Amino acid sequence: MIQSQLPILIIAIPLLMALAISLFGRKSDILCFYLLVLGMAATFAAALGTLSQVLSTGESIHYYLGGWSAPHGIELVIDHLSSMVLCMISGVALLVGVYSKRTVPAEVPFRTEHEKIPQRVPNYYTLYSLLIAGLLAITATGDAFNLYVSLEIAALASYGLLALGQGRAYFATFKYLIMGTIGASFYLLGVGYLYIKTGSLNMGDLQGILAQAAMQHSTSITIAFAMIMVGIWVKMAFFPLHGWLPNAYTLAPNTSSCLIAPLMTKVSVYMMIRLMFSVFSANYVFVTLGWQNLVVPMAAVAIIFGSISALGQKNLKRMLTYIIIAEVGYMVGGAWLGNANGYIGAVYHILADGMMTLCVFMALGAIIYKTGDSSLESMRGIFRKMPITAAIFVLGGFAMIGIPPTCGFFSKWYLVTGAYEAGQWFFLGALLFSSLINAIIFFRIIETGFFPDFNREKESGHHEGKVAMAEAPLSMLLPMVITALSLLLIGLYSKDIINGLIRPSIPPGLL
Amino acid sequence: MANFLEAVLGQYNNWAFIILLMIGIYAMIAKNNLLKKVIGMAIFQSAIILFYVSVSLKKGATIPIIAHGHGHDHGAVAHAIDAASYANPLPHVLMLTAIVVGVATLGVALAIVQKVNRVYGTIEEDEILEKIKE
Repeated sequence: MIQSQLPILIIAIPLLMALAISLFGRKSDILCFYLLVLGMAATFAAALGTLSQVLSTGESIHYYLGGWSAPHGIELVIDHLSSMVLCMISGVALLVGVYSKRTVPAEVPFRTEHEKIPQRVPNYYTLYSLLIAGLLAITATGDAFNLYVSLEIAALASYGLLALGQGRAYFATFKYLIMGTIGASFYLLGVGYLYIKTGSLNMGDLQGILAQAAMQHSTSITIAFAMIMVGIWVKMAFFPLHGWLPNAYTLAPNTSSCLIAPLMTKVSVYMMIRLMFSVFSANYVFVTLGWQNLVVPMAAVAIIFGSISALGQKNLKRMLTYIIIAEVGYMVGGAWLGNANGYIGAVYHILADGMMTLCVFMALGAIIYKTGDSSLESMRGIFRKMPITAAIFVLGGFAMIGIPPTCGFFSKWYLVTGAYEAGQWFFLGALLFSSLINAIIFFRIIETGFFPDFNREKESGHHEGKVAMAEAPLSMLLPMVITALSLLLIGLYSKDIINGLIRPSIPPGLL
Repeated sequence: MANFLEAVLGQYNNWAFIILLMIGIYAMIAKNNLLKKVIGMAIFQSAIILFYVSVSLKKGATIPIIAHGHGHDHGAVAHAIDAASYANPLPHVLMLTAIVVGVATLGVALAIVQKVNRVYGTIEEDEILEKIKE
């Protein structure tokens, strides 16, 4: 019986857990932590349940809320693609949840003279749970308007989580809020145009109606598509619309960055792929409109811009945020290449990039937790002080460069193959260029990390804990080690993941 | 000229919505004061709500409740419903949700502006940027 209710449980558990945390967590901060981890573990189990259900039957799960059937009621659709993304989101949420045991009480209370607000930890975990509920609902929903509401639930929770950072975080979050609202509103407008033309909001129903010849050449539908895409691009920080991301993510508390950096942009990419192929169709996007020659070069510019900006950063966290912008370019470009290899590369990269972004952000978070500093200099001698954390950071770096046994290599392989098949040489060049820049960035960090801090030890002796080995606590190390292992596992089993999960989801019309 | 006027006036709801949308975007991007940006955001969201509500309107249509729905035509009621004489209720329902989302966003935005004011002592963007540089 519970088997058939799994799709709604995936969304309901984190939503109810948010309520439970804010009701019962007022007395004790540690209780909030356990409630959150419990909720995330249950969500992860439910997501795995739907994954195995999809894999064993080979068909997508359709769940009708309240029993109202498809075009009129709200539908949840879990197919190969969304079950994979659901597992990634809930897995990341569980790992960061465990990781947050020490970091949240350390960062979140944030007591200055005019900041004496008690009970920040329960509030933080409530927002955390709401964010995950929103992201999971975005992934599972089969309704275009429901997607807008889920998007705003996730966005509002993320504003709260990001604004809890250092003083400047408020202003950075304000800019993100304005941009995020513009993005979501554009999406809403696009859905409005679609509704006027088709009279439907259900994604499967929309696809059927949009396939009609009259709809294929309607200007309103073209405008709707353009508005939806622009809205999602603002949300995912695609190149010319990326301005809000670096400040918002850099100044946020480390736990928030660990959670939001791997998830928010990746879920937006998923949303774009879902709308491109499950609402509109590959034929409409690539043949009728044929904008790929505009979007793919823009993705290439995003990659080059992100990589070069990352190279110029002194603050490591800010550097990673620029790498995120470059990675968004990878996925948008891959999805818009218009062939199967590009699609596989983009979808596989959602999973791979989610895990490797999580890996480097967690490792950097642990270093900041211990040293209180996120500049390149903070890495000096890190291999001696925190050998495990440093090794994990290096592994994450290798994945970002794309060194073979890690997952980063395989997504790049498919993206490069796809770019070659589509004849998008500029995009192909940008991919290789970005790997090169990533190699420079991470080898520079590794080089700094291997040598001890001679100068600073001489200048001031009061940096205690910097010379002796001081590894991060177990609650942080454990999720980090699991994430690092997952990078290798996703890489080693890339063939199974691609054949079992991604190939069945390739939309018709892509060769 | 008459045709042009007709085209403009005939779609006055769309023009109103576009003008409001532009005012909202202008305020969000060009205004220096953070509160004015928030007001722009509210106008922008209201414009979209008006757009949805106005498209569901029909001339001579009424609320979608079937008066005396039972017993007149011996079961032929389902066929007798003339969709053109009822306003489409769905966009209104959608906008109820969108209004709630808009109010929540507005609340969060105002809270953040308040925090910005506490940290910098001002809500003028150029003054904040100057203080950040220091």
